[in-house]
Amino acid sequence: MATTLLKPDQTFYPSPRLAAKAPVETLAYMVTFDPNRKKPDGLLTLDVDPKSAGFGTQVGRAEVPNVGDEFHHFGWNVCSSALCPYAAHPHLERRYLLVPGLRSSRIYIFDIKPDPKQPKLVHTIEAKEIAERAGYSRPHTIHCGPDGIYVSALGAPDGNAPGGIFVIDHDTFAVKGRWELDRGPQQLAYDFWWHLGYDTAITSEWGTPNMVEAGVNPELLLAGQYGHKLHIWDLPKRRHRQEIDLGKEQQMVLELRPAHDPSKAHGFVGVVVSLKDLSSSIWTWYLDGSTYKVEKVIEIPAEPADPNDLPPLLKGFKAVPPLVTDINLSLDDRWLYVSAWGTGEFLQFDVSDPFKPKKTGSVHLGGIVRKAAHPKSGPLNGGPQMVELSRDGNRAYLTNSLYASWDEQFYPEGIKSWATSIHARPEGGLSLDDGFFSTFEQRTHQVHLQGGDASSDSYCYS
Amino acid sequence: MINALWPWAALALLGAYHGINPGMGWLFAVARGMQEKSRRAVLSSLLPIAIGHEASIVMVVVAVSLTEAFVPPFFVRLLAALVLVTFGLYKLLRLRSHPSGFGMRVGFTGLAGWSFLMSSAHGAGLMLAPVLLGLPVYAAYHSLREISLQAVAAASLHVAAMLFVMGVVSVVVYERVGVGILRRSWFNLDLGWSLVLIASGAVTLFTAV
Repeated sequence: MATTLLKPDQTFYPSPRLAAKAPVETLAYMVTFDPNRKKPDGLLTLDVDPKSAGFGTQVGRAEVPNVGDEFHHFGWNVCSSALCPYAAHPHLERRYLLVPGLRSSRIYIFDIKPDPKQPKLVHTIEAKEIAERAGYSRPHTIHCGPDGIYVSALGAPDGNAPGGIFVIDHDTFAVKGRWELDRGPQQLAYDFWWHLGYDTAITSEWGTPNMVEAGVNPELLLAGQYGHKLHIWDLPKRRHRQEIDLGKEQQMVLELRPAHDPSKAHGFVGVVVSLKDLSSSIWTWYLDGSTYKVEKVIEIPAEPADPNDLPPLLKGFKAVPPLVTDINLSLDDRWLYVSAWGTGEFLQFDVSDPFKPKKTGSVHLGGIVRKAAHPKSGPLNGGPQMVELSRDGNRAYLTNSLYASWDEQFYPEGIKSWATSIHARPEGGLSLDDGFFSTFEQRTHQVHLQGGDASSDSYCYS
Repeated sequence: MINALWPWAALALLGAYHGINPGMGWLFAVARGMQEKSRRAVLSSLLPIAIGHEASIVMVVVAVSLTEAFVPPFFVRLLAALVLVTFGLYKLLRLRSHPSGFGMRVGFTGLAGWSFLMSSAHGAGLMLAPVLLGLPVYAAYHSLREISLQAVAAASLHVAAMLFVMGVVSVVVYERVGVGILRRSWFNLDLGWSLVLIASGAVTLFTAV
């Protein structure tokens, strides 16, 4: 299935510094799903060229032959890490998108080369293959690694722990097997990424499929049963090295954004909710000698609200939690973007000093109570959730759905899906001007940009 | 005189060819230099890479010399041709294979081990087989020790040439050119490499008949 080029794929960049100078994207890929599980989920192509008459509109849609997959995150078959010296394969082409169904555990593989606007389904990895070869289920995050495609999975086929990582061969798309040789105390899984320059992988924790698929379970949440730890791993040796507990009250430790520069050993992780005061927080992890440590660097407080404006789940708290569900870091490791899905706020921080972030921008869109409008829309629901950044760092792409069963608990009226692009000023600051705003019939989730973006690639050179 | 020299010249040229291939080591040296932000890290990576390469080459060279010592020349060439063509076809069909368990933080032995595996997997030593068959066979009238000496001399000349080219390229890329050159100039040597392996197998076979 894989093809070989005579020169390196020109979307590969040795360093984040060089990648930031890549040509500006003109197409974006976005997954959508049907919350009613009646119609097939889709992989959409959006025109994101501001000079085009169709700016922000759908120009293609690939469908799958099943319903109820729940498309969520997705990723490329190969990326800039192909240039890493210890497992180089620079002549493999970035042309396949791997799209997991978070509920069905299938992984669909689309070829974008024949027509970038109309991806073509070329292969499907069935749940059975993942279960038999790796013992995992509910594939979530995909990262193209130096020596294969790494995928995190929320749990075991029976819906319980452990969740973990499995590897897919980047030539044949065969599931190679479970990644962990020694998982230590790790049981819960969610996101993962790495510091390639330090041979270190990091994983985070959400909950097992049985803890999340029917919606957030308030009893488990108040008992602090959702994930609250980070795990540090030896990447080449595939062994657990260190567990970092953020504290039981820090519930749901989700998106991991390590510094893109491989010579730096720090990164940022978002925590959805604190049981103490419903705040969300951002923590910086960093290497101190031979062990990793964490420090809370940003706290976003809950906003008081009239219980009449709140969904049943939140009425008793008389407040809207910010619910930081996604974050993203610019390729120069300077700007951190934070989505507060509950309050409907999108924030920008200058993290030049990763221990002293400075808030530099904020815009409001949607929100449980606020329902803030875009200049091109009426009041919105849902809130900024998945955030993707262009490689030059000038544009952020946002969508507003979280996860079907959780959407209903926080936005019981039903999410009306939208996607938008936001202008990020090079000197700091955000604005809704000159972006697009589009609505969609199905729920929108992750966006990836043609050729790569701030969460698709990793690098081995500074 | 020229007949006696050409195998040695070919060994050195092939060394230079291995030295210039980013996948064989110089890129690893540059990456380590960038990670540590020091030229010393670039230079100190070269020796273990060369040692691993040498070990891989010596293995093949000794095998060839020993086979020559005990097997009639016709069968040696036939065997070499078969191995070369088979390996070349295998590489064509399965271009990418990564030695597992390595990362950016390899030490001296790790780097040498990586280089040994990379060189062996690429068939770097095998490529030398047709050339080695052009070297005079001492075995008929001398000891195994002399075979080994010639083998090590052949491998060392090859690796010296590789080390020189690798050293120059890695320092120039680290100090001046930058890794951006990878995007422009990293031609797919693997593809050509497989074809060369097959071609040299065919030539070896031809000269055997």
